[in-house]
Amino acid sequence: MIEQKSDTLFRPVDRSRFENEKIVRPSISQWKDTTMKILKNKLAILGLILLIIISILAIIGPHLVPFNYSDQNLSGKNLAPNGEHWFGTDSLGRDMWARTWYGARISLTIGLAAAAIDLILGLLVGGISGYMAGRGKFGDRVDGFLMRIVEILYGIPYLLVVILLLVVMKPGLWTIIIALSITGWVGMARIVRGQILQLKEQEYVAAAEKLGTPHRRIIWRHLFPNMIGIIIVNLTFTIPQAIFAESFLSFIGLGVQAPIASWGTMANDALGVILTGQWWRLFFPGFMISLTMFAFNVFGDGLQDALDPQSKQ
Amino acid sequence: MYIVKRILTMLLTIWVITTLTFIIMHSIPGDPFASDADVLPEEVLANMRAKFNLDEPLPVQYVLYLKDLAQFDLGPSIQSETRDVNTLIADGFPASAVLGLQSLVIALVFGLLLGIIAALNHNGILDYASMGFAILGISIPSFILAPLLINYFAVDWGMFPVASWGTWQHTILPSVALATAPLAIVARFMRSSMLEVMNQNYIKTADAKGLAITGIVIKHGIRNALIPVISFIGPLAAFLLTGTFVIEKIFAIPGIGKYFVDSIFNRDFPVILGTTIFFSTILIVTLFLVDISYRIVDPRIKLSSKGE
Repeated sequence: MIEQKSDTLFRPVDRSRFENEKIVRPSISQWKDTTMKILKNKLAILGLILLIIISILAIIGPHLVPFNYSDQNLSGKNLAPNGEHWFGTDSLGRDMWARTWYGARISLTIGLAAAAIDLILGLLVGGISGYMAGRGKFGDRVDGFLMRIVEILYGIPYLLVVILLLVVMKPGLWTIIIALSITGWVGMARIVRGQILQLKEQEYVAAAEKLGTPHRRIIWRHLFPNMIGIIIVNLTFTIPQAIFAESFLSFIGLGVQAPIASWGTMANDALGVILTGQWWRLFFPGFMISLTMFAFNVFGDGLQDALDPQSKQ
Repeated sequence: MYIVKRILTMLLTIWVITTLTFIIMHSIPGDPFASDADVLPEEVLANMRAKFNLDEPLPVQYVLYLKDLAQFDLGPSIQSETRDVNTLIADGFPASAVLGLQSLVIALVFGLLLGIIAALNHNGILDYASMGFAILGISIPSFILAPLLINYFAVDWGMFPVASWGTWQHTILPSVALATAPLAIVARFMRSSMLEVMNQNYIKTADAKGLAITGIVIKHGIRNALIPVISFIGPLAAFLLTGTFVIEKIFAIPGIGKYFVDSIFNRDFPVILGTTIFFSTILIVTLFLVDISYRIVDPRIKLSSKGE
């Protein structure tokens, strides 16, 4: 009786009704999507090309002229740009082209190294803090402790710490990198912690945890891939900040020491002669700093837009 | 409760800064009397060290310093015989404060204006022009911009004095040089905030009700878009603070930034400590005030440390 009834009540569903839910477009991975969007953004591409050109010139630039960055030539000082000295010479007769590209090496090294250290420290502290938060009394304590450190460091004007450290340690490339990193990682740590706290609330992470997925797998498979975009975007803004900070420190006389050239020291040297009409002394280092900052900023902006899932056309 | 907790954290931060600076400063190689050591007899040097407590063991010096600090006494300066650190700061602060506040006002007023214009003209010519200007402003550091301003506006066209401090005209070029980068950042911030707000449903509702567009923009748009921008004033203040070091140097302005840099090169311990503590306190208090006002302006944010 019952069997008969069920036969009449239940009929196979017409399959064609699901046709409109079929996935027609090939699925696009996040990376592919990001690359496509970035390639459409002309300004971001311009930034990327500029960065590549600046990097190449930083590598080969000093070798293109027969002068060394520290070679002095007192008979050929204060020369305007000409066929021999493409960017002119300074008051000690040093070739500005060689110095500018040698300075690019210093500035880029500092930018990349400081950003790398910021990234590692920020990931470590922010990651531990965010992951431990809300995991029992011990976890909350670890989070609280790390966040107090971050809070205190955040309240200290970074330049004061950097300057004080530069005075204690011997001036030089690594001193600047360390000094910049000591306070620089705080921003990254805050971002990473915020991201992890947010991601931990997502259903898929909760599901993975309930299923007994090991911590390491959750971190690498669920948390890390979902915040890598924001981290990369933040890096594209950290690098120019470090380059700017280096120029700034060199400018007030606390950066790399003579005869080593950096864009900041060159701009500082030019300050005394700006009123004498030697425009090339300030123009080339100043232009290179500005161009690098510009390139990183527009590229970072483009990356940010491309990684933003809400900006789908 | 929240405010009490914040004030305690602030005091703790200032104490940590003081201690760290004290330790770092005393590990600096070099003696404030190094230049006098050859000229003066040993007894005089010993007397001078005693005057500044430099003959005491470090922990004792530290306690003595904290005791004075609790009474807002930053101690004597070693380099300057007649003026103590309090006087130095009191002398330098007006110039630095005028420079900083004027730049803050310029950055906020013009930055907000530029951001609003850009947002209302989304993807139009004015939008591209404002954002182009903003990108340039962020890219050109103040220490490159300042010499350029001097070269054109002061030397070539003679519109403003070249350097130094005194009349109102003296303050224009330094303030502009200092304000340009923050102005650009504020403009970008305001633009994206404004764009987001203008897409909200309450704006559409107001429009659908037939309200005048200026009323919508001012009452609903700008007011709500301003909220995230307020949180940016804290970092902005820090930015201006560090900027003053360079600007004061380039324009030969007698502010505190100059004393700070000079004192490091002179190993003038009390001045280093005093200016560091002073700068940090200003910054910390600013961050605190911004946080409080942020939560007052936007009642949706609860005054508690939870949910951050």
